[in-house]
Amino acid sequence: MIRMTYREAIRTALREALAADSRVFLMGEDVGRYGGAYACSKGLLAEFGEERVRDAPLAESSFVGAGIGAALGGMRPIVEVMTVNFSLLALDQVVNNAATLRHMSGGQFSVPLVVRMATGGGRQLAAQHSHSLENWYAHIPGITVLAPATVNDARWMLPAALREPDPVILFEHAMLYPMEGEVDESGAGVDLARAAVRRAGRDVSLITYGGSLWKTLDAAERLEKQGIDAEVIDLRVLRPLDMAMVFASIARTHRAVVVDEGWRTGSLAGEISAQIMENAFDELDAPVRRVCSAEAPMPYPKHLEDAALPQAERIVATVREIYG
Amino acid sequence: MTTALEPISLSRERAHALLRGMLRIRRFEEKCAELYSLGRIRGFLHLYIGEEAIAVGAMQSLGPEDAIVATYREHGHALARGMAPGAVMAEMFGKANGCSRGRGGSMHLFDAARRFYGGYAIVGGGLPIAVGLALADKLARRSRVTACFFGDGAVAEGEFHESLNLAALWKLPVLWLCENNLYAMGTALARHQAQTDITLKARAEGVRAEAVDGMDVLAVENAVHRAAEFIRATGEPFLLELHTYRFRAHSMYDAELYRSKEEVEQWKRHCPIAGLSQRLRDGGLLTAEDLFAIEADAMREVEEAVAVAEAGEWEPVEDLLRDVVTPREARAQ
Repeated sequence: MIRMTYREAIRTALREALAADSRVFLMGEDVGRYGGAYACSKGLLAEFGEERVRDAPLAESSFVGAGIGAALGGMRPIVEVMTVNFSLLALDQVVNNAATLRHMSGGQFSVPLVVRMATGGGRQLAAQHSHSLENWYAHIPGITVLAPATVNDARWMLPAALREPDPVILFEHAMLYPMEGEVDESGAGVDLARAAVRRAGRDVSLITYGGSLWKTLDAAERLEKQGIDAEVIDLRVLRPLDMAMVFASIARTHRAVVVDEGWRTGSLAGEISAQIMENAFDELDAPVRRVCSAEAPMPYPKHLEDAALPQAERIVATVREIYG
Repeated sequence: MTTALEPISLSRERAHALLRGMLRIRRFEEKCAELYSLGRIRGFLHLYIGEEAIAVGAMQSLGPEDAIVATYREHGHALARGMAPGAVMAEMFGKANGCSRGRGGSMHLFDAARRFYGGYAIVGGGLPIAVGLALADKLARRSRVTACFFGDGAVAEGEFHESLNLAALWKLPVLWLCENNLYAMGTALARHQAQTDITLKARAEGVRAEAVDGMDVLAVENAVHRAAEFIRATGEPFLLELHTYRFRAHSMYDAELYRSKEEVEQWKRHCPIAGLSQRLRDGGLLTAEDLFAIEADAMREVEEAVAVAEAGEWEPVEDLLRDVVTPREARAQ
């Protein structure tokens, strides 16, 4: 085990990928000279040169599309989009091209593209830099959607994504970059098929992903003091969802709360709730509840932003509502 | 504008090949229109009739190592690239022996073996793909050209400007082929662009550009040949604006309220097929018997393509989800 930050874990993974495979290159806004908006690629330009660490213009649709084309041409591009909010400018390329090409061509073409982007709120960046739109991507057949919440997953999900023959979107919650954690140098235990139980418990299943994992673990600690033993499941892979692990947990706890930084309406939490209803209804002793972001554009002042985002207090209160 | 003016100096064999190339696309698409009215082809059907000189002329100057990115009006490009007419027709029918297993239809023809990277039906959506294919070639030190076809409508999209800039900035071997048929569906170029000279737009992005008579297959072939030579020599992009005209409606749903019959008739006088036939006859390179034989070949090919499509199977419904992602068993680690 070695200790590093989430940011360093991503940089380590990027460096390793660039060193190991000449087909890999990194492309995006400010990934080179600037070192990455979140400093994930700091130093990589000097190490790998301008061909393989490519600063792109502010033209999301075209550099994401160029990533698709380069993948079709046999390369293994890693495209960094500064935030999920900016990725909306490239949504056409992801939805209409990356996700469709294999099926629409009758299986002739694959797009082994990895797109990384920051997501989420909590830094008072207001309504155009703070949203959590993972569910938009998780809605789309043909792509895999990842949300590494731990430093270890940040270290090992990127190489796993690069082994995928089809497009992978990797969401890095912006609040996690400075977080320190342990990395297992073997890479064991990280794949793109399974969710992870981050805390075992008997009384309620708290299902979450990304930046909300840490708030949910915090809530679980508080609940323990109140005599409620919560299990915390980190989905890790948002498409395809590992619902088997969720159902197995609910079979033990018989209660479920989904914590999701997305807006409630049309959320991943809604999808997970529906799948629980369809498949594990008989296991439930209480209705599934959701803790999501308030249905408003993210406000700038801290007290309003805090109120808009899922917080440990609200998770605790929601669990108590169905546990009492 | 470059034009290859008479006297025609080409062999009888090459002359016939160019004429045959255009005529077989014309007859194929006339058959498609007929089959559409019979309900055998559904969805959208965008005919290339009138514009055949561009695909045929361009493909003459591109090699099998080069890549093609096309639009939703790409039957002509697919056939000119050498894709089997039967596989293209079967695709129109939606049959499993179609070139995209029937999943794409008219707007989404693909052929990996011929580096035909598909028909893109979001206007401008193929341009970034072409940038990426060329970038892959550059990074892999391969000397190949990516030819990207798009229409005048695409120049309104941000992706046109972004992609030309990227290709110029990164010195990528892309041949931009703008088929300017004067209408973005039903909106004339001058009704949506303040600057209607597309070569100027390209130059503003740092891309060399020329305008060409897109109704003259020899002019197209010549211009594409020179542009491709430039790209192979320098690794830099080049744009050709090919002036052309679509004789038929935008799609089979189009009532053509936006242009006059006189305008269409005027352009039909510049038909690339009739024009070449006349020039070849004048030059003593084409007899009535030759033309009859070429027509008969084209018609036979179309009938055979229809037979292939008719004989094709429907993809089993059980395969609906196949290839949404790469099947596990097909994955190479």
